Amino acid sequence: MDIDAPPQSGGTMELLSFRLGADEYCLDIMSVREIRGWSRPTPLPHAAPHMRGVLNLRGTILPIVDLSIRLGMAGVSGDPRNVFIVVGHGGLLTGLLVDSVSDILTVPRSDLHPPPDIAHYADQTFIGALAVIGGRMIRLLNLAAVLPAPPAEAPPRPPS
Amino acid sequence: MPQDPLAEIRAGFFLECEELLETLRDGLAALAADTTDRTRIDTIFRAVHSIKGGAGAFGLDRLVGFAHRYEAALDLLRTGRAPLTEALLRLLDRASDALEDHVQAAQRGDPPPEERESILVELQRQLAPFMREDAAPKPQAASWELDFTPHGALYDNGHEPLYLLRALRELGARDVICAADVGGGLIAFDPARPALRWTLTLPAETAEADIREIFCFVEDLCTLTISRARAGPAPGETGPVPTVRVDLDRIERLMNLVGELVINQAMLVQSVTDSGAQPNSPVMTGLDSFTKLTREIQESVMMIRAQPVKPLFQRMSRVVRETAASTGKQVRLVALGEATEIDRTVIERLAEPLTHLIRNAVDHGIEPPEVRSGLGKPACGTITLTAQHQSGRLMIELRDDGAGIDRDKVLTIAVRRGLVPAGSPPPDSEIDALLFSPGFSTVTEISALSGRGVGLDAVRTAIHGLGGRIGIRSRPGEGTVFTVSLPLTLAVLDGMIVRVGEETLVIPLSAVIETAALSSQNVRAIGAGHTVLELRGGFLPLFDLGAELGFRAPRRHDDGGIILLTRHEDESRSALIVDAILEQRQVVIKGLHRGCGPIHGISAATILGDGRVALIVDPTDLLSRRHLSPHDMAMAG
Repeated sequence: MDIDAPPQSGGTMELLSFRLGADEYCLDIMSVREIRGWSRPTPLPHAAPHMRGVLNLRGTILPIVDLSIRLGMAGVSGDPRNVFIVVGHGGLLTGLLVDSVSDILTVPRSDLHPPPDIAHYADQTFIGALAVIGGRMIRLLNLAAVLPAPPAEAPPRPPS
Repeated sequence: MPQDPLAEIRAGFFLECEELLETLRDGLAALAADTTDRTRIDTIFRAVHSIKGGAGAFGLDRLVGFAHRYEAALDLLRTGRAPLTEALLRLLDRASDALEDHVQAAQRGDPPPEERESILVELQRQLAPFMREDAAPKPQAASWELDFTPHGALYDNGHEPLYLLRALRELGARDVICAADVGGGLIAFDPARPALRWTLTLPAETAEADIREIFCFVEDLCTLTISRARAGPAPGETGPVPTVRVDLDRIERLMNLVGELVINQAMLVQSVTDSGAQPNSPVMTGLDSFTKLTREIQESVMMIRAQPVKPLFQRMSRVVRETAASTGKQVRLVALGEATEIDRTVIERLAEPLTHLIRNAVDHGIEPPEVRSGLGKPACGTITLTAQHQSGRLMIELRDDGAGIDRDKVLTIAVRRGLVPAGSPPPDSEIDALLFSPGFSTVTEISALSGRGVGLDAVRTAIHGLGGRIGIRSRPGEGTVFTVSLPLTLAVLDGMIVRVGEETLVIPLSAVIETAALSSQNVRAIGAGHTVLELRGGFLPLFDLGAELGFRAPRRHDDGGIILLTRHEDESRSALIVDAILEQRQVVIKGLHRGCGPIHGISAATILGDGRVALIVDPTDLLSRRHLSPHDMAMAG
């Protein structure tokens, strides 16, 4: 599934919803590989605050992104109720630390609306689409914007 | 033509061509070292012949044509009709380059490189005098081996072995060996029983009948065997090792499984030890051999992916030749440590930066022959390419004996570009490092070879991309040395497992020289935030690992910390403070996720016995940024 693409009309989409603080967000379930219970990640020195560290995922090193910090909120506390949502994007696996997973929703694509153009919102690009389901506002996460930038763009070149 | 059933076979042929070209290069290199070694010409000849044969099957006419004429020239050398001169060897080298180009052109379906034909024309011209001469080809058959053991009856009948041996000498016998059989010792020795046995070698062209004729009267009175010597490879030369081509994915999978096996094994050892098993109990003994076995399996699997750097270095010798030819300089490449192994993917990605460095060395480093002669240097410059394992990393050194870095010129350009402030020249090493700045080039006019404006910063980016480092040293008039240090990814590492704050870290054992207890008596503060360790009358820079990595506040110096003395790649030493040493053991290196980005001071990660991830510290990298001024930090990007 390409989340960057505008939602197509027709058909439905299955979303995994989860909580970050008081808010509810969701992800296209096609990008979710598994959900793992809390264990303490190994911190990386001098990493960005949202890089909570790395975990052993069956022999590979899984980077952990604190989604709450990434979206500009206070960090996930890191207690046993918290979970990692392991997502696959661009051929890489990343663990997203969230407060808790709540539900799997089936949403008609026609109910998904692009977010209003509110450029001063820091997390604006992180939200791919919005929907109101049963009185709840659902924020569909734009995974490409949330995940760590590929290294090609990462190191800024000094002026020559 | 993706659906072509021939495509796969064709791809196989080109893979084989790569191997054959390597054999060809090996042969030429061996021949250059010893021009009398005619067996090498056979090897070269066979390689070219095989390429020709395969190319014929795929209708690659241009390649066949070239290979055929090259083969014909080699045949003249092989049969010993043409003497092997230095000039001829160089031509053979260039013809091999051309053959490689032809193979590559055929692979891509491009038209073959036209100008290459001139090499063959030149080769044919050199060999022309020998073409007409119709000397008898040297026989290819092996020489005769003769084993002769006279029986007692031979002597009883009045025959004399000496006469037989003299007759054999007439036939050209050589390598005569006489063995005396006194197996039972001298006490049991029966002087009446003959005990001598001769083995001889006779020239291959001798007729067997002539040999038999000598023995015609004694044939029943002795044991005689006449056989052709085994036409095996020359001593010291081993035949090609049989190989299997395996999909890289399968190896990758095997590597991951073995990695998990190692982790599981470590977990098992830990839980059995925790359960209180006695050191010499059967379960512990069993675990010990399991540990050894696991380690052996792991090493064998690692070896599958590791490949010698030799093919890479061979490609570089071609780069040297071509660059030297186009710049009119004389340069030879000396490659050392070709058998050093490193992961295959690293080798592949090293070719481009290394090519760039070599071109750079020939183009900018080595002076033209007349200038060199004027300076009292040999007219032919030397580039030495060395590979070796050091401190758990692969070190590649590229050394030229050229002019060295023109620091005045570098500084002038750097000041003009605003890279350094005018009037306060930085130390020499920092001036040298300026060459790695983006777009930096001391050549005012762009040369076709290396001065394309991409410069050394592209090299550095490529090396960084491999998790490596590059350094430069230079002495005016004596030359420049580039050192590239690369991690041996996917390998294992003997590590010292240490605790710092709440974290468990791995320090490569190869970097640790000794350990000592931290005591405030030995610690001296110098300036703001810098401390040194006094050790046996000397001073070493002292760093707190936990504080450097931001895992905890700097610890006090009087409450039982541990000091690790580490040695860095530049042979400098420093001391690191850790909280505790947990154990020493082998760990599997796991590359850090691309998404983590480069982390200063951390080279990779591993998975510990309890399933947690531990980071592997790279002391050299950790401390390199400590020595850098803010200016350098900007340079380092």
